[in-house]
Amino acid sequence: MKSLIASIRLVAATMLVCVAGYTALILAVGQIVTPDTANGSLLMDQDGKIIGSRLIAQRFEQPRYFWPRPSAVDYDGAGAGGSNKSPTSSALTERARQVVVQHGASADRPLPAELAAASGGGLDPHISEHAARYQAERVAKARGVPQSQVEALIKRQAFAPGGFFTPDRLVNVLELNLALDSPDPKQ
Amino acid sequence: MNAMILIALIVGGTALLSWPLGRYMKWAMDPDVSQGLAAKCEQLFRFIGGRFVGEQQNPKQYLVSMLVFNVIMFVVSFGVMALQQHLPLNPDGQTAVEGSLIFNTAASFTCNTNLQHYSGESTFSYFTQLCALMWLQFVSAATGIAALTAMARALAGRKNMGNFVLDLQRGVFLVLLPLAIMVATLMVLGGMPMTLAGAAHATTLEGIEQTIARGPVAAFLTIKQLGTNGGGFFGPNCTHPFENPTFWTNALAMISIILIPMACVWMFGRIIGRMRHAAIVFGVMLAFLLVKSAGAVWFEQAPTQAFAGLPIEQNVGNLEGKELRFGAPEGSGPLWSVLTTSTSNGSVGAMHDSLNPLTGLTPMIGMWLNATFGGVGVGMINMFIYIVLAVFVAGMMVGRTPEYLSRRIEAREVKLAVIALFAHAFFILGGTAIFAATPWGQDTLNNTGAHGFSEMLYEFSSASANNGSGFEGLGDNTVPWNVATGIVMLLARFIPIILPLAIAGSLAAKNTTARSSGTLGVEDGTFGVMLVATIVFIGALTFFPVAALGPIAEHLQFMK
Repeated sequence: MKSLIASIRLVAATMLVCVAGYTALILAVGQIVTPDTANGSLLMDQDGKIIGSRLIAQRFEQPRYFWPRPSAVDYDGAGAGGSNKSPTSSALTERARQVVVQHGASADRPLPAELAAASGGGLDPHISEHAARYQAERVAKARGVPQSQVEALIKRQAFAPGGFFTPDRLVNVLELNLALDSPDPKQ
Repeated sequence: MNAMILIALIVGGTALLSWPLGRYMKWAMDPDVSQGLAAKCEQLFRFIGGRFVGEQQNPKQYLVSMLVFNVIMFVVSFGVMALQQHLPLNPDGQTAVEGSLIFNTAASFTCNTNLQHYSGESTFSYFTQLCALMWLQFVSAATGIAALTAMARALAGRKNMGNFVLDLQRGVFLVLLPLAIMVATLMVLGGMPMTLAGAAHATTLEGIEQTIARGPVAAFLTIKQLGTNGGGFFGPNCTHPFENPTFWTNALAMISIILIPMACVWMFGRIIGRMRHAAIVFGVMLAFLLVKSAGAVWFEQAPTQAFAGLPIEQNVGNLEGKELRFGAPEGSGPLWSVLTTSTSNGSVGAMHDSLNPLTGLTPMIGMWLNATFGGVGVGMINMFIYIVLAVFVAGMMVGRTPEYLSRRIEAREVKLAVIALFAHAFFILGGTAIFAATPWGQDTLNNTGAHGFSEMLYEFSSASANNGSGFEGLGDNTVPWNVATGIVMLLARFIPIILPLAIAGSLAAKNTTARSSGTLGVEDGTFGVMLVATIVFIGALTFFPVAALGPIAEHLQFMK
């Protein structure tokens, strides 16, 4: 009985400190120091309407845009998930076959592997610089601009996610596509 | 190459960090002198807990206090989940949750497992996530640390184990909370969301409506990692960009996963006053961790088998279920899978279901052994079981008296240790057998053949190891899965705490024997080798047959 009363006091104290206090403190740090990322790294257009999040992949199918990696949940930002298929499964082969057709890959021009593999959350916002260059020709053609201009843009946007530890550079698909759409693509 | 440097830095760096933390945890959990800051804290904890906190408890009383508090944890969280539709902080209008799922979730978070048969963003309100789940992530982790502290006190020869209500507060307020505040601040600065606003509604560049779930992620994520909880704010856990936005948050998360389990070994050594013994145990655990890491990273370098023969580049490892921003994902994903299952964390940085077959075996090995660092507190407790058996077997082999820390290991101790090990094996093998033979399991698979078997095997391994990760293709939100894994998690949590504490209590009640030439040392390399051999033999003999039916069969069948 004494143990029960002490336990109830414990519940009250830990709830107050670890749930209310701790949450409020971290919330304050986020909302004051880094309000942009703390609210989900949202991107707005000129009218203030939300286009998406820098961190969340969105579906792109038009040839004039760069395409992200496949998503097992169709880029559902409110219900993320992976395929959870075994890498030996025929279902993955079937999905990869469709992606190969979409990208027009061929034996001479094989598809970068990540463009055939879905990410764990289905929302991976990045592709490698290599996979972006792979799509540059299609994007340039659809937009009627020189391929070199698109490739220069990729180069400007590419970054190494972990500095020294990660030599492979990535680009953020949504940011790259926004840059393509912007009136002065040099920006 | 750079990836290998990173692995060495993360595991090695955390091992170094664990030394000062272990020292601090000894100060926090088992202070020597009641003066200065320690005494001030003690006063505060006595104020919070009431007069009861002053009582010294014997093993039985300590366990009863622990169970009482854990029952209340279960009841409170169950209540919050059941009433969430009537409670505040529910901007996305989450509705009532089905009963067996609430039972499973309450059991899962109470016993530090965090097996999840739901997706957080589509099931639970912020109120539930914070007041039920995140709260349990603090107090269930502290329960484990308290249990280890109590066991260590008994092994140090003290007749009383301390006071659970006092120890729990020390664990929460002095160990977990300060670390959580530090790490969560770094996570927020690293770009993780921390907001109480509901989902954002976007219109994409191609004009599609996209709903983007968000929430108080950073606070939740941090304690889930530090306390070897592992339950994700979002369904896909740390593969979700909001739950792991950059390379750097990924590295920090991996450090947080193994930090306290490592420090627990040093704390244990300091309380029993045998640091050389702790160093041997730490070395054994680290060796298992490194071998599994190297194995997992190696197996994952094989490209996705399903893409063979298609015009797809085959010069990288398997990328299915992995994120690019972590850098060398075919390296960091499997490393995470080993860290999270060596400890009983269970968060994932890549989809385990989509790992190459033999890579997928390494997390299962971690959960089967469940003592190569293990969960906060309880990992070292599990290792104690293996130590008891190693000492006993070694003693039998060389004809020496089986002794541990100057106290004889006799039939009663060995019996209890074997029951604890047997329970773990029984839950995994028995559960898998029943579900593999019935529609309860068969109708819920996402993959066929050997991989389907692996999904069920993984689920029971995860439940019994109190891990919480999954081969998430499994459609596990069904009444049979919810009830069965819920019961397994509860039994597999408390049996391996109660029995070792009983062993420790029984040892503490014995007279010490003087050291002689016939005493088997536990502070040298020979003992380390004996401990490794005990773990390997028991693990292999118990689990090799099921490994052969699942991942090994799949590897032989498909991988070229």
